[in-house]
Amino acid sequence: MKRIFATALLVIAISSASYAARAERLISSLSSHQVLVSSSFAGAELVLFGSVERDAATIPRRGGYNLVVTVIGPRQTLVTRRKDRVFGIWANAQSRTFVGAPSYLAVLSNKPLDEIASLGTQQRLDIGMDNVPLPQTAAMQPTDLLFRDALIRLKKERGLYIEEPNSVTFLTPNLFRAGIRLPAEAPVGSYEVEIKLFADGTNIARTSSALEVVKVGVEQFVASAARDYGLLYGLGTTLMALLTGWFASVVFRRD
Amino acid sequence: MQIYLPIADLPVNIFLILAMGLAVGFISGMFGIGGGFLMTPLLIFIGISPAVSVATVSSHIAASSASGAISYWRKDAVDVPLGGMLLAGGILGTALGVWLFTVLRSADLLDLLIALSYVVLLGAVGGLMIVEAVRAIARTYQGKPVVLRRPGSHTWIHGLPFKIRFKRSKIYVSAIPVCVIGLIIGFIGAILGIGGAFLLVPMLIYFLRVPTATVIGTSTLLTLVTMGSATIMHATTNHLVDAMLALILMVGGVTGAQFGARAGLLMKPERLRLLLGLLVLSVGLRFAIDLLGQPNELFSIRVVDGT
Repeated sequence: MKRIFATALLVIAISSASYAARAERLISSLSSHQVLVSSSFAGAELVLFGSVERDAATIPRRGGYNLVVTVIGPRQTLVTRRKDRVFGIWANAQSRTFVGAPSYLAVLSNKPLDEIASLGTQQRLDIGMDNVPLPQTAAMQPTDLLFRDALIRLKKERGLYIEEPNSVTFLTPNLFRAGIRLPAEAPVGSYEVEIKLFADGTNIARTSSALEVVKVGVEQFVASAARDYGLLYGLGTTLMALLTGWFASVVFRRD
Repeated sequence: MQIYLPIADLPVNIFLILAMGLAVGFISGMFGIGGGFLMTPLLIFIGISPAVSVATVSSHIAASSASGAISYWRKDAVDVPLGGMLLAGGILGTALGVWLFTVLRSADLLDLLIALSYVVLLGAVGGLMIVEAVRAIARTYQGKPVVLRRPGSHTWIHGLPFKIRFKRSKIYVSAIPVCVIGLIIGFIGAILGIGGAFLLVPMLIYFLRVPTATVIGTSTLLTLVTMGSATIMHATTNHLVDAMLALILMVGGVTGAQFGARAGLLMKPERLRLLLGLLVLSVGLRFAIDLLGQPNELFSIRVVDGT
């Protein structure tokens, strides 16, 4: 514990020193800032391009650059439940409510996070699956970690939480590219993209970007009709049911 | 071919959904039931959220029962006054069911209650149907005549006051049990997201002695009205009816129902009841296994609200 604290202090000292000595600038661009959800939507793949700008005053980095990209989808409130045996029946017993959890989360880097920065730095910068803040409503309890791990595991199974230590590629020592995969289940809304540059275990530059997932065409029409004109939408759906039923009885009529 | 569902927010294979609609439609046409107790679990199984499944299935049942009701109407096999009286009780039952649904949902007990009710209801109804059908089949094998209706056997139900004559069904019963049956079906339907025809038909036959000529037509009409209004209620309160999913299910469902109805006519009624009993019981057992066996995944996550 003491050692972690000492490293953290050291890291802070080094990073503030490097800021003073003309740090690198990060420049990046997304292949698209808007992902359109149409009726044929089956997920999307975005590309993040960028380069590390240096000038004459920038000190040389012997270890090279490392990059961590974090994509955070719209926040949502989630309940994680655990089944327990109650009177011989497996039923939901304990639960934890997570407020403002990312609906989508991708942690992309060019090598495993532990090789990029120390554990203390990762914690301080909220990078990595284990360090993303997932605030709960109730007071902390010893078993909380189980529920947090389960949440991350279940989200990963559905492709909504992604941890890829090899999805950022340095094309040249200063030029990078990263692939961001959005699964078909990715919710609509705005997504934050945080890009952090590391050298010698220190965060030396950062920049951010954003992208938006929106419904278009029929999807957008149905979704907004259902939300804004509930009664009309319900009547319409019922009418559709009646017509379909009537049509079938006419088409298949035998007598 | 994949299509993205606008309310359920996920892509599905059109042909898979169409096939599910056809299969459940076939069964519903064959037995004269809505098939909600089969369709809702199937939709949940392919990843659609339980709330969207329950809301959307109601419109699917409305479509298949509309097709059925029209056919029965042409054959003059619908008892409108009886249906109307059942509906009066049904509306009250639905309101009670929706109220309890909300209370239980906030107390986190809904999932368990739904699973337990499925086990108890489907197990009991399926078991009774099998016993009754096996007895009927045994009687025919022994060469004894099949007793379809026992005219003299009046129960305590026939002693109740406020008697009404339902001409089409040729029965003379008290209004009280009719309303109570409607109430029970409405109540169960609202909580479990099912039409309840598989409960209503036996109740009408055994308690009110409604003849087979009008029982299915009347229950189909009732299902059409309750499920149609359930669709409108779900759309206005929760905004969870997926019209795209509903349309695919409906097209498959009404087509399957027509073929199912023809297949049903080719079979002896008691064999049909035995098959339906086995089907109902197996769905009940499936839920029982889920409750009793240790699940592979103990944890589950649910989105409470998206922002």
